[in-house]
Amino acid sequence: MTAPHGFSVSRYAPERGTLARLTARDSVVRRLDWPMLLSALALSGVGSLLVWSATRGRTELNNGDPYYFLFRHLLNTGIGLALMVGTIWLGHRTLRGAVPILYTVSIVLILAVLTPLGATINGAHAWIVVGGGFSLQPSEFVKITIILVMAVLLAAKVDAGDQIHPDHRTVAKALTLAALPMGIVMLMPDLGSVMVMAVIVLGVLLASGASNRWVLGLIGAGVLGAVLVTTLGMLDEYQINRFAAFANPDLDPAGVGYNTNQARIAIGSGGLLGAGLFKGSQTTGQFVPEQQTDFVFTVAGEELGFVGAGLILVLLGVILWRACRIARETTELYGTIVAAGIIAWFAFQSFENIGMTLGIMPVAGLPLPFVSYGGSSMFAVWVAIGLLQSIRVQRPMTA
Amino acid sequence: MSNIPETGRTPRVQIRLVVIQILVFSLLLTLGGRLWYLQIRNGKEYTDEAKNNHVQQVVQPAVRGSLLDARGVPLADNETRLVVSASRTELMKMKDRGKAVLTRLADVLDMKPDDVINKIRLCDSQTPKPCWNGSPYQPIPVTDEATTQQALQIRERAEDFPGITAEPTAVRRYPAPGKARTSQVLGYLSPVTDAEIEKAKDTDSPFLRSDQVGRSGLERTYDKELRGKAGVTRYEVDNLGRVIGQAKSDPAVPGANVVTSIDARVQAVAEWELHNAMVEARKVHDRNTNENYKADAGAVVVMETKTGRIVAMASQPDYDPNAWVGGISAKDYAALTGKNSNFPLLNRAIQGQAAPGSIFKVIPTAAAVNAGYEFNGRYPCPSSYSIGGQVFKNFESQGHGSITLGQALEVSCDTVYYALSHQQWLNDGGMKPKKDAKDWFYKTAHQFGLGAETGIDLPNEVTGRVPDRKWKQDFWAANKDYWCKIGKRGGTYVQQLSYENCLEGNLMRAGDSVNYSIGQGDTLVTPIQMATIYAAIANGGTLWNPTVGKAIVSPDGKKVTEIKPKSHGKLPMDTKTQALIEEALAGVATRGTAAWRFGGWPQDKIPMHAKTGTAEVYGKQTTSWFATYTKDYSIVMTISQGGTGSGASGPAVRNIYDALYGLDDAGNQDLKRALLPQPQKALPKIEADGSIDAPKIGPYDPEAQKVDPNAPPKTPDGTKKPDDDPALAGPPATWRD
Repeated sequence: MTAPHGFSVSRYAPERGTLARLTARDSVVRRLDWPMLLSALALSGVGSLLVWSATRGRTELNNGDPYYFLFRHLLNTGIGLALMVGTIWLGHRTLRGAVPILYTVSIVLILAVLTPLGATINGAHAWIVVGGGFSLQPSEFVKITIILVMAVLLAAKVDAGDQIHPDHRTVAKALTLAALPMGIVMLMPDLGSVMVMAVIVLGVLLASGASNRWVLGLIGAGVLGAVLVTTLGMLDEYQINRFAAFANPDLDPAGVGYNTNQARIAIGSGGLLGAGLFKGSQTTGQFVPEQQTDFVFTVAGEELGFVGAGLILVLLGVILWRACRIARETTELYGTIVAAGIIAWFAFQSFENIGMTLGIMPVAGLPLPFVSYGGSSMFAVWVAIGLLQSIRVQRPMTA
Repeated sequence: MSNIPETGRTPRVQIRLVVIQILVFSLLLTLGGRLWYLQIRNGKEYTDEAKNNHVQQVVQPAVRGSLLDARGVPLADNETRLVVSASRTELMKMKDRGKAVLTRLADVLDMKPDDVINKIRLCDSQTPKPCWNGSPYQPIPVTDEATTQQALQIRERAEDFPGITAEPTAVRRYPAPGKARTSQVLGYLSPVTDAEIEKAKDTDSPFLRSDQVGRSGLERTYDKELRGKAGVTRYEVDNLGRVIGQAKSDPAVPGANVVTSIDARVQAVAEWELHNAMVEARKVHDRNTNENYKADAGAVVVMETKTGRIVAMASQPDYDPNAWVGGISAKDYAALTGKNSNFPLLNRAIQGQAAPGSIFKVIPTAAAVNAGYEFNGRYPCPSSYSIGGQVFKNFESQGHGSITLGQALEVSCDTVYYALSHQQWLNDGGMKPKKDAKDWFYKTAHQFGLGAETGIDLPNEVTGRVPDRKWKQDFWAANKDYWCKIGKRGGTYVQQLSYENCLEGNLMRAGDSVNYSIGQGDTLVTPIQMATIYAAIANGGTLWNPTVGKAIVSPDGKKVTEIKPKSHGKLPMDTKTQALIEEALAGVATRGTAAWRFGGWPQDKIPMHAKTGTAEVYGKQTTSWFATYTKDYSIVMTISQGGTGSGASGPAVRNIYDALYGLDDAGNQDLKRALLPQPQKALPKIEADGSIDAPKIGPYDPEAQKVDPNAPPKTPDGTKKPDDDPALAGPPATWRD
């Protein structure tokens, strides 16, 4: 068996058995970032309980099987884990070569969403129904694609030692490549994902060492874009309502503000220790809409209290902390950029998701990484974990 | 360990990575802080909100207890009506604010759409009636007279009538058995106010939004007992209102029944006779005013002498208490409370006060004895009595020579009392009272319970007035500014009086004490006070607190709490004086001023005692008073601007006695015809299922005691056969299913 390129196997060691190889001091398994992996697993585990609690009684969703969503979530986690292992196996460097293909496939998929193949779920036309009860949300994978395609471009000359920082041409090229899928996603319209992608691009640019002008320019463009979008009426009414309801939930208590308000009541009523799993009245009474997906954090808030909800924040913190270490400690800019992109993604998406349930961010249809129910999101974040692990595994031992 | 040479990265990237890390962790900290704020700092608030969210209360109103007469005949009970209500909150959610639904509803109910819409609008200063003045969250009754057909239509087409309900609901009913309305005694109900809900919130009997509260009469006094406890079921519901669990359930406890001492038959007699006496009085010419008597108001009380229990109490003008059921209309309300209404809501038996005139004289008689005068001494009864040029006449300007106090009572000789009272006034120091002034005449009045409430179990009783020195001082202090302003020496009567009052209105003048001694002047009493006093004379001296409520009986009849009569004092006289006064009062009925009204009365079998009174009121016609008692009953009747005591009230009182004892005009007693020859002692039986074994009664036949040999045979009940209007015969005994 030939290890893929860059897979670190000591040439001078005698032949060892598989188990021995995996447990050896310099083995892949030993060099994995276990705190991050365990945190991600713990989040998925907690997520499965929360999703279960939120869907137990929703017979119109689970077809009478209270365990349906529990199993599906665990299954998604399993597939996610497999994807992570596969990603580590391939390695982020190997994926470099596959980026053009990945990029093309991503564009095709998101374009497909705009065709009659696409489906609208919760107001966002962002899905492709695969059949057999499965549906795919390509924008989740586009996030990875954007990270990879920008990283490949921006890091190429720097890692080759030709430049200290990526030049303007490269940056412009990278931004154009990122802008294309973002534009398509915007057309769906899946504004939440576009927001995340914009933050990813910002993170990537920062980590790439691109000139401050680009960074500031991007932020300026973002602000300008937001102003234009709102003033030119490019947004649908439901999107504006969602925004207004966050700013003032009392504005429309029976409509959009209802979500925010109910979410806040659910979390607020949790107190220190929560009502206990399955015991939250807001959850059992199904007062919070989309509670297994976008508003899954409210289940934690109500049933597990400050302690449980705080634990989710801590676990997310551990993942982000480890990711930051990986970004700082890898030897290549490529790895740094990929890690930074993932950090920006995870951090912003988590902040937006939890923030909206706490009433400090506008409501946007974004899943909470690892915790929310949803295959596409789960697969994407586990692939991201795989990428981070791969960057860590493949950097030289620092000891 | 990570430095630039090793990673080959520039400081720019390195610094930016640190910035990213700081940003990331500030975001997480923000979330943590916000989480703490919501869950720990404001957690309580959201817990409450969550509770409101998922708990829905369903209220089953308690059936209000009945008011029963002494034999179980319902005076106030409930009937089941089909009430169609509209939920305002639901209707207002609709695009057309429920107009389409209400129009359909009006069609089903055969009403005008505008009438229905007006019924559910909320009252405010600009909205004319009809409008809803209750809580907007409570279902608003559109009609309580829906037919079964209409209710079924509404229920079967529920999708056409969102927010509309048609429910059988217990509605208060005042059946007026035997035409005995008993209006003011029963009182009425009206919806609870926000202030009352707030006030009763933390007590053991909190109000519900839909509650009706007793506003006067027995409904008010026994409101708590009658009301029962509404059933509240708390359901846990989900966001669609689907029930996901039952949190708590308190079943409704129906209100207890209040058995009263009222006998509906006697009440019917009393009401009819009072009304008739007033009608008759209006046919009589008043020489003083040169017009017929107005007889604008009146009251009669029939009381058990040995317990103070009220057998009948009527007040004119009266009203139909059913006017209040289901919300009173503006027209009815004006008729009951308006300026020209003559205030039928007033229970003049306890809220009407007037100078008592001669029925007062038992008090100065007892006072004279207490002051040391011999009862059987001789006291001059000239036709008039002068004090310094002022002449006080006997009522009929007649002299009787020297007579005893008993005779003075019998012939109602005013001058005897003038002289005694004047002497006492002089003894006490006259205008400059001694420190140890005895004030016998005033003290005795207080001891008889005047100037104070009798303590009857009806709300808002008035006290009357004993115009003693203290009252004079207080009254003068309150009015002297006005008197001094309008007073004018030698002006009109009012001006002259005001002038005198301004100067010395705080002082007890000789004339005041003289007027007072015969129940004139500033003296005020209520009929219930006089009934209590005459009952006390009959029973050996005990002043009972009059009671209407006799027992509280639980809805299943198992728990009976008797309301025991309480006393508020003894008459200040010894048994000898009492016997002599009794003798004199019997003389009034046989020989004196009331004798002409008791012709043929079987005095040997049923000794009758009476005192008439004709009180003068400045600017008005005389008030007729008639106070009477037998061993078991005392009856006091008064008619404002009605003429003389015996003239206006005499026949009516006699007829009430005839009905009680089963007498005819000739004095023949037919016990089968007697409504209540002895006070009713036993309580009516209430079965475990709530039904009451009450006798059926018909209306009073005023001709019954007329002596007519050709009269058709009478029913054993003493009333006409209940062949007439069944609505008047009292409700069916099993009125509650």
